Amino acid sequence: MTGPVLTHLGKTKLELGPTEDIAPAQNWRAATDGDRIAWLTLDVAGSSTNTVSEAVIRELVDHVERLERERPKAVVIRSAKLSGFAAGADISGFADMAESGAADLLRQGHGILDRIARLECPTIAVVHGAALGAGFELALACDRRILIDGGSFGFPEVQLGLHPGLGGTFRLPALIDPLEAMTLMLTGKTAHTRKARKLGIADTVTEERHVAAAVRAFASGDAPDRDTGVKARALALKPARQIAARKMRGETAKSAAPDHYPAPYALIDLWEEHGGNPEAMQTAEIESFAKLLETDTARNLVRVFFLRQSLREAAQGESGITRVHVIGAGEMGADIAAWTAIKGKTVTLGDVDTAQLGAALRRAHKTCKGAHLTSAETRDAIDRLMPDPSGYGIARADLVIEAGPEDPGVKEKIYSDLADRMKEGAILSTNTSSLRLAALAKVAPDAGRFAGLHFFNPVPKMQLVEVVSHPDTAQDVSDRLAAFCGEIGRLPASVADAPGFLVNRALTPYLMEAMTLMDEGVSKEDIDRAALRFGMPMGPVTLADQVGLDICLHVADSLAADLDAPMAEVPGWLRQKVDSGNTGKKAGKGFYDWSDGAPDIGDGDADPELIDRLILPMLDACVECLRAGVARDDDQIDGAMIFATGFAPFRGGPMHYSKTRGPGEIGDRLASLAARQGKRFEPDRGWSDLE
Amino acid sequence: MTGRPVYLVDGARTPFLKARGKPGPFTPVDLAVQCGRPLLARHPLPETAIDLMILGCVNVIADEMNPARVAALRLGLPTQTVAFTMQINCGSGMQSIDTAYRYIRDGSHDMILAGGTEALSHSPLVLRDEAVEWYAGLAQAKGAVDMAKHMKDLRPGFLKPVIGLERGLTDPITELNMGQTAEVLAHRFGISREDADAYAVESHHRLARAQTEGWLAGEVEPAFDSDGGVHDSDDGVRPDSDMDALAKLKPVFEKPYGKVTAGNASQITDGASWTLLASEAAVEEHGLTPLARIADSDWAALDPSIMGLGPVLSATPIAKRNGLGGADIDLWEINEAFAAQVLSCLAAWDDESFCRDVLGLDAAFGQIDRDRLNVDGGAISLGHPVGTSGNRIVLHLANAMKRQGARRGIATECIGGGQGGAMLLEAA
Repeated sequence: MTGPVLTHLGKTKLELGPTEDIAPAQNWRAATDGDRIAWLTLDVAGSSTNTVSEAVIRELVDHVERLERERPKAVVIRSAKLSGFAAGADISGFADMAESGAADLLRQGHGILDRIARLECPTIAVVHGAALGAGFELALACDRRILIDGGSFGFPEVQLGLHPGLGGTFRLPALIDPLEAMTLMLTGKTAHTRKARKLGIADTVTEERHVAAAVRAFASGDAPDRDTGVKARALALKPARQIAARKMRGETAKSAAPDHYPAPYALIDLWEEHGGNPEAMQTAEIESFAKLLETDTARNLVRVFFLRQSLREAAQGESGITRVHVIGAGEMGADIAAWTAIKGKTVTLGDVDTAQLGAALRRAHKTCKGAHLTSAETRDAIDRLMPDPSGYGIARADLVIEAGPEDPGVKEKIYSDLADRMKEGAILSTNTSSLRLAALAKVAPDAGRFAGLHFFNPVPKMQLVEVVSHPDTAQDVSDRLAAFCGEIGRLPASVADAPGFLVNRALTPYLMEAMTLMDEGVSKEDIDRAALRFGMPMGPVTLADQVGLDICLHVADSLAADLDAPMAEVPGWLRQKVDSGNTGKKAGKGFYDWSDGAPDIGDGDADPELIDRLILPMLDACVECLRAGVARDDDQIDGAMIFATGFAPFRGGPMHYSKTRGPGEIGDRLASLAARQGKRFEPDRGWSDLE
Repeated sequence: MTGRPVYLVDGARTPFLKARGKPGPFTPVDLAVQCGRPLLARHPLPETAIDLMILGCVNVIADEMNPARVAALRLGLPTQTVAFTMQINCGSGMQSIDTAYRYIRDGSHDMILAGGTEALSHSPLVLRDEAVEWYAGLAQAKGAVDMAKHMKDLRPGFLKPVIGLERGLTDPITELNMGQTAEVLAHRFGISREDADAYAVESHHRLARAQTEGWLAGEVEPAFDSDGGVHDSDDGVRPDSDMDALAKLKPVFEKPYGKVTAGNASQITDGASWTLLASEAAVEEHGLTPLARIADSDWAALDPSIMGLGPVLSATPIAKRNGLGGADIDLWEINEAFAAQVLSCLAAWDDESFCRDVLGLDAAFGQIDRDRLNVDGGAISLGHPVGTSGNRIVLHLANAMKRQGARRGIATECIGGGQGGAMLLEAA
């Protein structure tokens, strides 16, 4: 909490040297100070975040030409944006780039970064916040990097189906331990301040208030020494690289199949072949990047980037919610409460069972650890999360999130207890996944201020939250809930109050088909492998165990009861399994034995027929949701399914996949499956609208 | 007393957790946060309603200098809320209330959170002075040879730490341990081992009854540790305590003939307590229902070797000033540092010459019936987190008065070093 004095003093101002009062020509501010230190400050027009676009590179040419003539004492490159150094390349330009021959453009970019690298004077990048992708590459073209505490470097390209394309693939391995460099590029992980310093990406770490002094020292040659290690020299030899590359391929294959995600493999090939030779690597990087840019994977992953942005846009505005009361300290309630507290809200977690509250606190500590919070951040988050057996928090809460048992009677009792205790104007939301909101709204204290806020398991990982409105939900209530999702770092998808809403409606036929297949004698491992082969992050049987078989059963039952469309029959043995307490991961045993961690499903190929039997029912349900207006549009469905279930991102989402594969072909497949397997495969009539 | 009326609006404490030979799950500030959160949560006050926070704490740990301020910020109070920590040894938790009371009475403040906290299980192990000097020398050693030379001065005894708590419970002037001061009183006032043990048994039984009856609900709020542990009640209580079991215990402070045992002394415990004090204006503005009104307070000092008589010396002037005789006080809370010490206070009040010569009364103050004294147990069954106990007895007195419909009550404690503090409450 910032007090009035610090609020008055405002945020720390960025040290911009002589460019402080210079208006940017377009995207850059440039000036040289009295000590002949030339500053180039990136200040991209019309945006609060710097991205490295074609225009940014083109303008840089003029500035570098001038610096080559003027021969200043030193050159400083930094960002004028509070948000950070630069978020990377301008992704919206990727599609055009792929069309118009990326290689030429890349060569142009490489040319200018090479000229910066060749400047005779010391070149210094001052990095605050994140320097990602092309931003990182710009910093790498400088001799030295001064990192402001809290800043970070990263190459997230691999998440877009690409690898670094502006020299990162050879400049980073030349700067630091090549294996560490490859790991950063292959995983897309960010090196935060301490790691960046340890790896040697940053030459020094300081505070914003010391930037001027640090720049003066570096400009006068007073910078810490660098050393290139033994490892780098060893890996200059190809046989050594071959051994390392084999290991990298093995590691990569654990999370990304080569035909689904070619980029990391292309990067490993590149390094294995040319790792000792920067010039050759540069040429090869350009070719490889241009080729990857044209793959479906890259196009679809770029699409996913924009799907996320569009979901995030719906989360704009301020929720006005600072205090949250969560009812029910089961797994979901506990995780929702912990996550909300971590993200800065003041949270009370109500449950009459104090042992359950204790367990929730233990989970919260684990979640803080998983989220890499410092000990002070953990202390603050846990202080903001008050176990509340007496329900004191209800009276102060701006938002109450009910995460009680999926029993209408229990919920009705909870709601009636809230009626006189909630404050004026507070919102009541439910995390129900299987009950209809319209029915619950009748027993809610105020139907207009009642909506669904449906989180996915595990809450700290799954980014999507369904914001479910019923006909009486006030517009400002769903808007505020969407904004609330944004404030706690989640992506809201506003959906209608239909059975299973969107995500569970689509996911349940897939899960139930897996049960039917097991009934037919197909092994659970074969089923899970088929889904993995398609590109799902885990198979349906593993997923069912993870979500909890009791919850799956509940959702399946209520969907079967509420839906007109026929569903796969819920097998009797599933019910027995739940009754016997083998409810999945949380119980240590479900379909798989979880006592020794995640199950091993082995590897091997999968039957395409099996893949279709699992995936097509999910696609069909998505088409139905679009036709029935449960979701807003194709993109929302794709975004929701990717961020709630991990639906194969490189396929661009279920709707995109359907359209790419051909709605006619899928419709025919469904019809033939229906003939053999039963009515549950009958294609929804919405398929014809897609053609 | 002149000045504005001051109300004790509400309060909450953690369960008192017996120290079990290793640091407990909570630091002093953790404890203050654990019970402060529910207290603040049940009073939806505007953010700036609380003018000041005062916290008593004797054993401050190195990571939490001025624990009051650390607690205020961790409780989410605005950055501009002033908070300070007070220390008068065992009286700290009451001194915070008394200071708040005087500030509000005099008109400079309207609402103050006053508490006490102590984590005796976190008392540091202290190095001997010789060892500290040796370490300092080692740090200044220049080069390997010098360092090696210095190493040979290392003595095994340096590694044997002194338990800080033991030192803290020893009066530095008389070099008597607190338990020894109780032995002195037992001797002076003729308190037998049996009397002391009988008192202790009753303390346990009373606390056990209060727990079973739910009389501590709201006063004690559960504390949750990072391992998922839930601490929901005072865990030092022994409901099945009896004379036979206590008789088996050996004296701990003056072996082998002494009378003070671990069984008839207060327990070493962690715990925190808060009280919310408000002026009449604040009570009205925020629509609060006070528990009690603070009517008077006083402090007194005497020879450190008989510190246990502090209650007699501090409470009697209040009674005199307010024209109250022994029979006018409906309920008493006298902190149970030691059974022999409480019984000595009662004996002193019942001793005509003591009352005349020392207290300046015309006659004996009179007997204090056991059914008006520490009705729900005390530090012998609950434990005595030194900086907290004074706060707890005031809060519990207010709650017990409300439950019994009592009109007047006094909470009072003895203070290591030879002092006493007392506070008079009246029904609101």
